Amino acid sequence: MRTSFNYGVAVAALAVMFVSAASATPLRIARSGDSLTMDPHSQNEGPTHNMNHQIYEPLVRRAANGDLIPTLATSWTILASDPKVWEIKLRPNVKFHDGGAFTADDVVFSLKRAMAPTSDHKGLLTAVDDIVKVDDTTVHIKTKGPSPLLIQNLTNLFMMSKAWSEKNNVLVPQNFVAKEETFAVRNTNGTGAFMLVSREPDVKTVMKRNDNYWGKGTYPVEVSELTFSVIKSAPTRVAALLSGEVDFVQDMPVQDIARVSTTQGLRVNSGPENRSIFLGMNTGDKELKFSDVKGKNPFAELKVRQAMNMALDREAIKKVVMADQSIPSNTIAPPFVNGYTKEMDAIPPRDVNRAKALLAEAGYPSGFAITLHCPNDRYLNDEKICQAVVGMLGQIGIKVTLDARSKSIHFPEIQKLQTDFYLLGWGVPTYDSDYIFTFLYHTLTGQFGGFNGTRFSNADIDTKIKALSSETDLAKRNKSIADIWGVLQPYLNYIAIHNQVNAWGMKASLDVKVHPDNTIYVKEFKFAK
Amino acid sequence: MLAFIVQRLLQAVLVMLGVALVAFSMFRFVGDPVNNMMGQEATIQERREAAERLGLNKPVPVQFALFVKDTASGNFGVSYRQGRKVSTLLIERLPATLELAAISAILALAFGIGLGVYTAINRFGLGARLIMAGSLIGVSLPTFLIGIGLIYLFAVELRWLPSFGRGQVVKIGWWSTGLLTESGRKSLILPAITLGLFQMTLIMRLVRSEMLEVLRTDYIKFARARGVSDRMINFSHALKNTLVPVITITGLQLGSIIAFAIITETVFQWPGVGLLFIDAVQFVDIPVMSTYLLLVALVFVTINLAVDLLYYAVDPRLRVDRAAAAH
Amino acid sequence: MTDDTASAPLSPLRARLRSWAHSDVLYSFRRSPTIVVSALVLAVILMGALLAPLVSPQNPFDPASLNLMDGKTPPMTPNQFTGESFLLGTDDQGRDVLSVILYGSRISLLVGFASVLLSAVMGVLLGLIAGYRGGQIDNLIMRVADVQLTFPSILVALMIFGVVKGFLPPQAHENAALPVLIFSIGLSAWPQYARTVRGVTMVERNKEYVQAARVIGLRPMIIMTRHVLPNVLGPVLVIATLGLALAIISEATLSFLGVGVPPTNPSLGTLIRIGQEYIASGEWWILFFPALTLLALSLSVNLIGDWLRDALNPKLR
Repeated sequence: MRTSFNYGVAVAALAVMFVSAASATPLRIARSGDSLTMDPHSQNEGPTHNMNHQIYEPLVRRAANGDLIPTLATSWTILASDPKVWEIKLRPNVKFHDGGAFTADDVVFSLKRAMAPTSDHKGLLTAVDDIVKVDDTTVHIKTKGPSPLLIQNLTNLFMMSKAWSEKNNVLVPQNFVAKEETFAVRNTNGTGAFMLVSREPDVKTVMKRNDNYWGKGTYPVEVSELTFSVIKSAPTRVAALLSGEVDFVQDMPVQDIARVSTTQGLRVNSGPENRSIFLGMNTGDKELKFSDVKGKNPFAELKVRQAMNMALDREAIKKVVMADQSIPSNTIAPPFVNGYTKEMDAIPPRDVNRAKALLAEAGYPSGFAITLHCPNDRYLNDEKICQAVVGMLGQIGIKVTLDARSKSIHFPEIQKLQTDFYLLGWGVPTYDSDYIFTFLYHTLTGQFGGFNGTRFSNADIDTKIKALSSETDLAKRNKSIADIWGVLQPYLNYIAIHNQVNAWGMKASLDVKVHPDNTIYVKEFKFAK
Repeated sequence: MLAFIVQRLLQAVLVMLGVALVAFSMFRFVGDPVNNMMGQEATIQERREAAERLGLNKPVPVQFALFVKDTASGNFGVSYRQGRKVSTLLIERLPATLELAAISAILALAFGIGLGVYTAINRFGLGARLIMAGSLIGVSLPTFLIGIGLIYLFAVELRWLPSFGRGQVVKIGWWSTGLLTESGRKSLILPAITLGLFQMTLIMRLVRSEMLEVLRTDYIKFARARGVSDRMINFSHALKNTLVPVITITGLQLGSIIAFAIITETVFQWPGVGLLFIDAVQFVDIPVMSTYLLLVALVFVTINLAVDLLYYAVDPRLRVDRAAAAH
Repeated sequence: MTDDTASAPLSPLRARLRSWAHSDVLYSFRRSPTIVVSALVLAVILMGALLAPLVSPQNPFDPASLNLMDGKTPPMTPNQFTGESFLLGTDDQGRDVLSVILYGSRISLLVGFASVLLSAVMGVLLGLIAGYRGGQIDNLIMRVADVQLTFPSILVALMIFGVVKGFLPPQAHENAALPVLIFSIGLSAWPQYARTVRGVTMVERNKEYVQAARVIGLRPMIIMTRHVLPNVLGPVLVIATLGLALAIISEATLSFLGVGVPPTNPSLGTLIRIGQEYIASGEWWILFFPALTLLALSLSVNLIGDWLRDALNPKLR
């Protein structure tokens, strides 16, 4: 009896496999790390958004060329009668995965949820005063002052169902720093092209096609079964692609690009990401925790920071560490961003002697010791970049100790101001300098300065940053951005290293162009016949 | 008899209590549990409430007693990293590890005994020498390197076997098994070899040296003199006498197979408790770490107890001794 | 369990050494070419590690002296940018692979020897006490040994690492790696020594000469160190040798799991962890030479340990 039962299970399993193999188009994606949470408003982090974009949808999203694409909104305008009101027209006849209709109530709820104190996105909505439902398909976003670019901030703000959130008691985002679990951490109810089937954090997330998806005619949606696997070890990840166990590797190790792209049946596409990789320094404290200098803060000296900037050999990092997969830079604003100028990005010539002289002028003729905190599982070759930085700073007498750790420790420590010198990467989903200013330069207060681990604080700049969001005159606004950069750029509390270039490895039957946000939209994938 | 079993059981409980004390100290004294759970933004009031909820305001011995009570009733706390119950996480991940450990233990036993007997009988033969040399190279290389080598050879170059994960698994109740699907079975091969290789060499060398010792004993010499065939001597007399210590050692090694699975699981991205543990270590996820500690201890203590009781059943001398002592 | 030297427990050191030189042990050493080769390999690696600052072309632990542009140079081929050439090539940070192996072996051997020393001292001491005193103390020590044996070295080390990470202030992390490695690898091995030493001690304790020494009022410490200790040195040496190989591999494994020494001061294990990322990309030398060194090192130590065990075991002669 027992044997035949087991046999039955096996046969059933095989039968299921056979049937699904005949009709399904599976896509297996491997990434080096997992989403931190499925709660769409809890973490403002690339890999987390990347997965959520398959399940949830924002009002608008970004195309690869930077344009906005209507998603759950069909149109958006500033009311002629009141420059402080954005009128958003919503897509009709959209259903959530649980069958509930998507209406203006859900938009009001979701945006307010994203402004809650536990939300990691509140910085994007600082200009918002209130959100009001006009009718089922119209929403008014009222801003404190005129906010001409608000729509740019909404590309990663996902819409949740109000009814579902009330039912499951997830009215506010999960507090990630406090590590509490709520229903929305592992359950989803979006409007997107894929529905969550199962999720094992750090192992595998499986989704299936949403057959009621509103965009079925607009997008191919060829993939019927979507799997995100985590393969942390780089050689194992590449091995999985080479051996055909996965179809798509989103973070190709740079050293393996040549091998994979010359392999029959595989393809590697690469392109610049809208993300800068840079070093942050604690310029604000009286004394550093992680340095041998007591009683004063070497990073508070501009000359020290200038010396460090001059000591970096960005070309060498590009050629050797990144295998040519990077664009050296001098500003933490990537070229995609409004406010970027070539002048800002002019890299100073590497000059070790001048750097040493500057250090001596600043009162550190024999350098000093400092610990560099570095993630080792977030950016392309993050730990190796740090290692190279250690060597280059060593050449001007700054003895750097490297402490590399997981992103899940690194980021909270930056937010908790538990580091003096760190590596960070920053993507700019709004394509506007305001986003950088708000998160990385504004004084750490309330909704502002969430990732400003440098303790930089300048009341005048803070005022100007706040004013940006209500400036309607775009020329004036751009002038103000240029002015702000004029102060921030030479201050050098951040030292830029490069803009990241991403490589995606995939089956040759796919030809997906690398998106500057390093986001994939599986609904757009088309297989060559 | 009863006294002996009671004594052994008592010892096992004591060992578990000792390990529980270590686990408790980790939870209580590594970092601030309140801070770990609440984060820095929590107010003093919230902190006080959380401390009260966790029982942190009670005297430490009382806290330990509560910890033991919770643990015994299967309440291991909540993972800091995933925010889920540690017991749920373990139950999800345990089948993967147990399946891998069992298969590699079987592989290690089968090949270990076979090769051990072969190398003992043909002590000076070329084949035996080559095997011995190979086994030394095997124990002289770190497991992870062997795993990566196998991936490179069998997954990348030959493309015969998968390089990561468990393949397709079938759920039977709460248990998930990869043994019922082809991809599941294929996925098991490389990790099982990687994990079992070290134990196999150990068993092989143990069988060999035990065989050599037994073959030297008088009663084998007598058997030979009596004209018993070599085959009979080797397998019926010598091997039988070898097996008791071999099985003991193998049993005791099971605990370490589960612990060494950490490395194999990391290389092959095998979703077992080892991978869970290594992620927990990186994140300083104390509840997961301390529960894993208790789990390994439990496995070991159980096996130890079973071996002791088996010995008791098998070895009459022990029985007399103990029985006498018990009177 | 006893060997020939046990019959003359009071002979001075020199006589002991002389008897060693003429013993079967040395004879069997000269007879076995494998062992001679192993010893030579071990000697070369030891010397290389000890004299690394003198013999290595570069100091790879001084980041300031490195030129990143030298990175990933194949062995004995001029670098495409700098034109420099390296015997075994360079790694991804421009470090000369030969130098980094020499310096890395130092770390690996330091961890190996120090942890073996720690576990041997602990184990011998506790074993002597347990065997000599017996009774409750013996029971307690052996129970603790049982618990310790429950946890394989890797697990103990990972636990200690996890605990240290949470316990120490973040500023102290960077300096903790090496002591923690030594302590955790050392800690997990002591029961083996303790068990062996306890066994021998229990046999010796009841011998007449020890009884006699006790009668004339020698202190237990003296009896143990002068009379019992020499008898356990043989087995302890065997365990220590095999333990050294195991410790070196454990260190490599821990480095692979990301809890070892930082990549700026790499051990052989860390070098292998770095090199394995290049296994499919064609830069084979970054992995191959460190792995080969580790294999040569632990293989020769293992061979010597095996041979020692057989040579010191009179039953197998």
